[in-house]
Amino acid sequence: MTSASTNDIEFRSVAKRYGSVTAVSGINLAVPKGAFVALLGPSGCGKTTCLRMIGGFEQPSEGMVYIGEQPMNGVPAYRRPVNMVFQQYALFPHLDVEQNVAYGLKQMRPRIGVAEVASRAQEALEMVRLGGFGKRRIHEMSGGQQQRVALARAIVNKPKVLLLDEPLAALDKKLRTAMQIELQSLQRELGITFVLVTHDQEEALSMSDLVCVMNTGRIVQVGPPQEIYDRPSSLFVADFVGKTNRIAATIEPGANSVRLANGVGLAKPARANGTAGAAMVALRPESIRLVRDATATLQGTVTHRIFLGSSVEYSVEVDGLGDFLVTADRRSIDESDLAEPGERIGLRFDPNAMHVFPA
Amino acid sequence: MRAAMNTKRNLVTAALIAPAAAWLFVFLVLPFIAMLVFAFGERAPEGGYQAAFTFAQFANLPARATAFWNTLLLAPAGALLCLVVAYPTAYYLAVKANPRYRLMLVSLVVVPFWTSLLVRTYAWMYILGSRGIPNLLALIGIEDVRLLNTPGAVLLGIVYGYLPLMIMPIYVSLEMLDRRLLEASADLGAKPVSTFFGVTLPLSLPGVMTGVALVTILLLGEYLIPQLLGGGKVFFIGNALVDLFLQSRNWPFGSAIAVTLVAVVVVVLMVAMRIAWKVAGTRQVDLV
Repeated sequence: MTSASTNDIEFRSVAKRYGSVTAVSGINLAVPKGAFVALLGPSGCGKTTCLRMIGGFEQPSEGMVYIGEQPMNGVPAYRRPVNMVFQQYALFPHLDVEQNVAYGLKQMRPRIGVAEVASRAQEALEMVRLGGFGKRRIHEMSGGQQQRVALARAIVNKPKVLLLDEPLAALDKKLRTAMQIELQSLQRELGITFVLVTHDQEEALSMSDLVCVMNTGRIVQVGPPQEIYDRPSSLFVADFVGKTNRIAATIEPGANSVRLANGVGLAKPARANGTAGAAMVALRPESIRLVRDATATLQGTVTHRIFLGSSVEYSVEVDGLGDFLVTADRRSIDESDLAEPGERIGLRFDPNAMHVFPA
Repeated sequence: MRAAMNTKRNLVTAALIAPAAAWLFVFLVLPFIAMLVFAFGERAPEGGYQAAFTFAQFANLPARATAFWNTLLLAPAGALLCLVVAYPTAYYLAVKANPRYRLMLVSLVVVPFWTSLLVRTYAWMYILGSRGIPNLLALIGIEDVRLLNTPGAVLLGIVYGYLPLMIMPIYVSLEMLDRRLLEASADLGAKPVSTFFGVTLPLSLPGVMTGVALVTILLLGEYLIPQLLGGGKVFFIGNALVDLFLQSRNWPFGSAIAVTLVAVVVVVLMVAMRIAWKVAGTRQVDLV
């Protein structure tokens, strides 16, 4: 963990307090060079505080923050080799697009020549496909264009690490998807570390190669997106990342089985290490199959159907367990394409798809 | 339908504007016309106005050249001096002061307005007069210091009296300044001084220009402070006008001076606005 040469960012036992309020504590995180890491969590979880400690806008109350191999405690923002894309962009309204992008270059010491400033600013603008927009005023640019100006402004100084604070939050869905792809390819092109703060799990999963899930000021799980989704370490992660069905259950003493609240007993998943007692089972909607089979594990009645085109979401009132969300691939239902609301239906799933957590 | 709606909207607009328009017509436009007429007339033998058409009053303007120069020099100088004192104060209040005490500190700036300027200027008369600071200086052996009735005393009174009017607009523009812009500047490698000249100052210029314009315009018509702190020596146009209208009862000459002052103010304002507009339009503040 301490081989700082391969880590671009490292948090060691970091805590941040404001008076008696603890924003984050016990933060240990190592971000490898060139990674795209997402700090994911609900608002108030401390993800932005962590980002601001990397940027130098906050200093940790305890512990150390390293960038490259350098300890950064006490180093002001203007001396750090990182740049940030701010939420709502924070572009300078009194400067035009090109001047915004050139701002960082003009701060460099020793000074760089006017011609080089201009050419590097132009280069950065072309990288975000705003080549011809240099003389525009900021307020003349659309939200998506402003976002790209902010990106160009942040990468022009060739930082070691690029920080992104909810960069896509202000964009509409279509633009957001386009920007997600653009950000990914930009990161590959630049080869630098990206740290993204977001409350949008879809954004975190789709863009990053390392997700750090946070809750109430602590890191709850760090791992690649698939691992976070497929093997959540806690009920919170299972709930927050993706959709999930929660089922109250009991782990039978001695026996290798899990008994659901409605009395149905199932084989305990191999990786579940819960001790005997009350437990909570999380089950992804897409790991359940709807079958017209009265012998299926669970039986229920379809209450709502939401047609999404390539898939269908069902709300199923399961006997003795309450509402379930089931996402069905269009071909997963035998014989007929769609189940009808009011229809009796069977639910089948691999017990190994269950995530069992102590209640 | 549409025409009816337009008529209605016009009526509403007219109703909203009418009171102010009537007020301005009766108390600004009509007096100004009267003044314009007076300016081309003659002084009646017993004082006041006598109908005539002559440029004699304007030809006589150089007789009050000192008042013009004093006003045109000391008003902008006072405004600039105000600015120099006000900007750091406003900056402290808006940026540095603890938010918990900010409102209290800002009200402290306004509190002096609760007392009449007359009373406060009288206080300065006493402080600067022979029984005030000069008296104290005499005790330690520095004799014959003259503070009252000097241009310096007038300037001091001006800065003291108009400081809140300069602080407030600058404070407001700094208060509205998005703090994330300052963080963005630091993030891009700007040291605090560069951030100030590259972001804070240019973005507070509207407040600065409002303050300078406000104070300068008010100072051009200032009467009280030069009267009390300048004695008979530092005459402003305001003092000259009072003298002409109330003492020597030379209404036409007073009117000519007033008209000239208005003309000068309009020209100065137009030039200042043109410059301000240019600065605000391109805002090419590149001091870093």
